[in-house]
Amino acid sequence: MIPRHQIVLFSILLLASLGMGGMLWHLRQRAHERLVAGADSAPTKAPEVAPAVQATLMVANDDDNSLLGQVHSLPLPADPGARARALLGRLLDLYAAPNATHPVPGGAGSVSQVFLLPVPDTAGKSFAARRDSGPQLAVVNLTGNFVASHPSGLETETLTVLSICGTIHANLPRVTQVRFLVDGQQRPSLAGHADLTRTYLVLDAVPSEAK
Amino acid sequence: MRWSSRICAALAAAAGIITTPGVQGRAEISTAARLQAAPQPPSSSAPRPAQGPPQTAPSAPPAPAPNPPAPPRFLIVLDAAHGGDDIGGHLSNGTYEKNATLALSVRLRSLLGARGIQVITTRESDQSVDLNRRAEIANHADAKACLSLHVAETGSGVHLFVSSLPPSTPTRFVAWKTAQAGWVTRSLALAGVLNSALLHGQVPVTLGRTSLPAIESMTCPAVAIEVAPERDADHKITAEPDDTDYQSRIAATLAAAMLEWRTEVHPQ
Repeated sequence: MIPRHQIVLFSILLLASLGMGGMLWHLRQRAHERLVAGADSAPTKAPEVAPAVQATLMVANDDDNSLLGQVHSLPLPADPGARARALLGRLLDLYAAPNATHPVPGGAGSVSQVFLLPVPDTAGKSFAARRDSGPQLAVVNLTGNFVASHPSGLETETLTVLSICGTIHANLPRVTQVRFLVDGQQRPSLAGHADLTRTYLVLDAVPSEAK
Repeated sequence: MRWSSRICAALAAAAGIITTPGVQGRAEISTAARLQAAPQPPSSSAPRPAQGPPQTAPSAPPAPAPNPPAPPRFLIVLDAAHGGDDIGGHLSNGTYEKNATLALSVRLRSLLGARGIQVITTRESDQSVDLNRRAEIANHADAKACLSLHVAETGSGVHLFVSSLPPSTPTRFVAWKTAQAGWVTRSLALAGVLNSALLHGQVPVTLGRTSLPAIESMTCPAVAIEVAPERDADHKITAEPDDTDYQSRIAATLAAAMLEWRTEVHPQ
């Protein structure tokens, strides 16, 4: 004779097992439907691409230690920070190309981020006014690989820094100051020479004849 | 007799013949500068220690003759960049930049010394020297020119760089990291003299401004000199920056430029 309490317990466990089985079946069905729905939502048209615009790149030349403005047509995002990163990516792609006038390996992936901030010491303006119309500080975060592979030398390092400053200022005129980070950290120099601890004033850094 | 000995010794010291321990360095500079720049004709009135007492009466000693103005001090600081753990860049033949700059510094020091110019170097061997220490050496020396020597694999000829700090008026107290600002105008003039000499020696030159911590704390006319490979018309390297003959030519040209700079700083 099976005790009554064991019959009750067995019945409860059986009902729970059936309930969990039903729940699993239901979840499986939902996952299957989601998968099928995802397959149906595959893109049927190309994503919108920003229209190509004219941008000025300050391209360095090691032969005569000069910066030359070159106009390129390239699609640029609307966000100023992303725009600056795209511009620098294109500039560094030129340097990574064979027979570059300023050969530096790395290419577009060498710039991790570009942050644009209001210049902190603008007197007499509110933060909102400075954010909307005041001069800006660009913080360029370079990758460690780019810095490690950059050729060492006064001229080549200086030209890299100045061409980055000049390119940002030529396309984002509100940027008047540029600072550099490497993998998010401050670093003494680019490759042993050019100082990366200071803030570069682009109006002083870029020679007027190059603008 | 005692009076005559004192007068004789004083006049001899003033003429740079005898040096006293306390002013030995200055006496050496003065003598070297006079020999190089403007030899003094022998004066019949100039006393010599071996010639005995002068013809003045001991009882009525004349008023001491005013000391002739000492020739101005002209001293150059040579800063061979990098050293020790800081190897600098690599040349294509595997040479470290620190070794090539030291070799250039030694060559240039010898040539300048042979021309009667006193030189202080920031390092004489493969040793680490802090950037601040380099500037301290230059500033304590009160140098008339500070040359920071570099070599590189990129570009061609010689690259001359002056600090990109905006010029300002020298003041008694200056910020350490921007001390060069008061001397930027003189540094540009020094770069002009170096540029002329190098072009005269048919060495391609490029001029630029840069932010180099080693020279931005120096309170002297300071120029960073970067020796790049010598290239032919097809842009092929004909001499590496550590090539002995190439470095000797560059050093000789720089030494000639320093003589020219001395005449600008201290016109005769």
